[in-house]
Amino acid sequence: MSKPDPQHTQLYLDGVSVSFDGFRALNNLSLIIMPGEMRAIIGPNGAGKTTMMDVITGKTKPDKGTILFDGDTDLTEMDEAGIATLGIGRKFQKPTVFESHTVWDNIDLALAGKRGPLATLFHRDGADDDRILSILDIIRLSARRHVLAGSLSHGQKQWLEIGMLLAQEPKLLLVDEPVAGMTDAETAETARLLREIAQTRSVVVVEHDMTFVRDLDVKVTVLHEGSVLSDGSLDHVSADPRVIEVYLGR
Amino acid sequence: MQGGILLSRLDRAGLAFGAVALGLAILIPVLNLAVPADSAFHVPPHVVALMGKYLCYALLALSVDLVWGYCGILSLGHGAFFALGGYAMGMYLMRQIGPRGMYGHPTLPDFMVFLNWPELPWYWLGFDHFWFAVLMVLLVPGLLAGLLGWLAFRSRVTGVYLSIITQAMTFALLLAFFRNDMGFGGNNGLTDFKDILGASIQADGTRSALFAASAIALALGFILCRWIVRSKLGRVLVAIRDAESRTRFLGYRVEQYKLLVFVTSACMAGVAGALYVPQVGIINPGEFSPANSIEAVIWVAVGGRGTLIGSIIGAVLVNFGKTLLTNALPEIWLFALGGLFIAVTLFLPRGIVGLWTGYWTKRREKQASSITTQPVTEGQ
Repeated sequence: MSKPDPQHTQLYLDGVSVSFDGFRALNNLSLIIMPGEMRAIIGPNGAGKTTMMDVITGKTKPDKGTILFDGDTDLTEMDEAGIATLGIGRKFQKPTVFESHTVWDNIDLALAGKRGPLATLFHRDGADDDRILSILDIIRLSARRHVLAGSLSHGQKQWLEIGMLLAQEPKLLLVDEPVAGMTDAETAETARLLREIAQTRSVVVVEHDMTFVRDLDVKVTVLHEGSVLSDGSLDHVSADPRVIEVYLGR
Repeated sequence: MQGGILLSRLDRAGLAFGAVALGLAILIPVLNLAVPADSAFHVPPHVVALMGKYLCYALLALSVDLVWGYCGILSLGHGAFFALGGYAMGMYLMRQIGPRGMYGHPTLPDFMVFLNWPELPWYWLGFDHFWFAVLMVLLVPGLLAGLLGWLAFRSRVTGVYLSIITQAMTFALLLAFFRNDMGFGGNNGLTDFKDILGASIQADGTRSALFAASAIALALGFILCRWIVRSKLGRVLVAIRDAESRTRFLGYRVEQYKLLVFVTSACMAGVAGALYVPQVGIINPGEFSPANSIEAVIWVAVGGRGTLIGSIIGAVLVNFGKTLLTNALPEIWLFALGGLFIAVTLFLPRGIVGLWTGYWTKRREKQASSITTQPVTEGQ
């Protein structure tokens, strides 16, 4: 494979490696996401999916390799807060919302805007009501806006978290197993939500659920032992003998 | 504009508490000074001083609640900020003694004459001015908290480790202030105060004024905290308390937020200490003892963490109990305190205020459900 030009890419990973106590979680991983692209990442347990999210969002520093955002911003030099303000949103595997805040306040905290302590201290309540309402409409939680996030159902928490990501107005969205533990109806609804989101930004989805990946109908990348094993359409990768071997065991 | 923000966040609770504190600030001095001593409504001077002391403890508890209750920083060293504020005020009071000390030296405090110090050390300069002392009351605890917080929060020290560091800080200061060559009066600390702002510190009028000042400081502290926790910054603090790394991924620099509240809280504790010292008439290294800081945390836990008003209730109630118990059965106080902490943790995890609000929400829910039981039979 020839090395593509990082210019015009949304996210550019080249030769990224991370080791934990000798275990190579990522091994020379290279991946490119274009602006407006939606990509599904699959792979068996321990393939390095979550570690990949960690190095992109600044939680883990890579041992070597290049990670560029918007073609020119080096993410390996930045902390989580800096990367988040650049426009990278992350949704965790386990829904993490602020349980002792209301649904409304959860969205309010996520809204794009100034993040400094003084800016928030002198922030006027009520200034962002319209934006919050429109996001609550998209995630269908308007009726429950004054409820504490801790008392939502599992599926509703997942949507709230997606709403928080929308409020951040990211250019790139990293979504880790969005439908884990959801009912079929909730899964279908989530696929609809993600496709809607992907119209205006790049989205990377890590998922185990194959029906869900098929519903998304996008290019699929298969990770194995910290590097890319195969990519293409879902039908293409599921026909790849190496993928079959990895998934079915040796 | 800014005034509008300030007022819009002053809800009923803030105003009500401000009014109660102001009422106390007027009522108690009147009952002490204007009511004849043989009247049943007369408040004797020692009670005024005692209540003033409780209010200083309440302000300390409030500062602990701001960092612990709202931002999850369990500081076991807030007594150090309290004591530093106290020492700054004590140094001013020492300089006010002037030539009236035992040895009659024109500038040197007695303990320095006794230790054959030739002149005032540089860090005592300026403390003959009240404004300078007030500045130091805020600045010294604030700077120490700023330095410690900057180092700790930047390296993401949290939880128990942070608690241990704060505890070690107050213990180190305890040992340092015990040393005679530190120049703070060593073991005996600073005492034998005569005047504050030209008024005799023993006079009834001065005691009443100090009580009123404590009540006003507590009210201002409460309003400041209320203003902070009801702002968007307050919601970020709770977010940090509940899910720190999630808050980071939203783009908030957690360490800046923690630093800001930690320093604010340390300054409040410093003010509490500064008001405490003239009312009890002494400050010594014992105030740095780790047990004091832990006690302050217990007050907050008893009253109800993360409620502000709870910390004040807890501080006053526990200290009132302490006064009663140490008079009657001094040897069991520490056991009682320990028992109280265990009991509150087990049976009242949300403190007295939590019990109260829990009772009212339950009652309201019961009423609501009794109204709606008839029509709602379908659905669910």
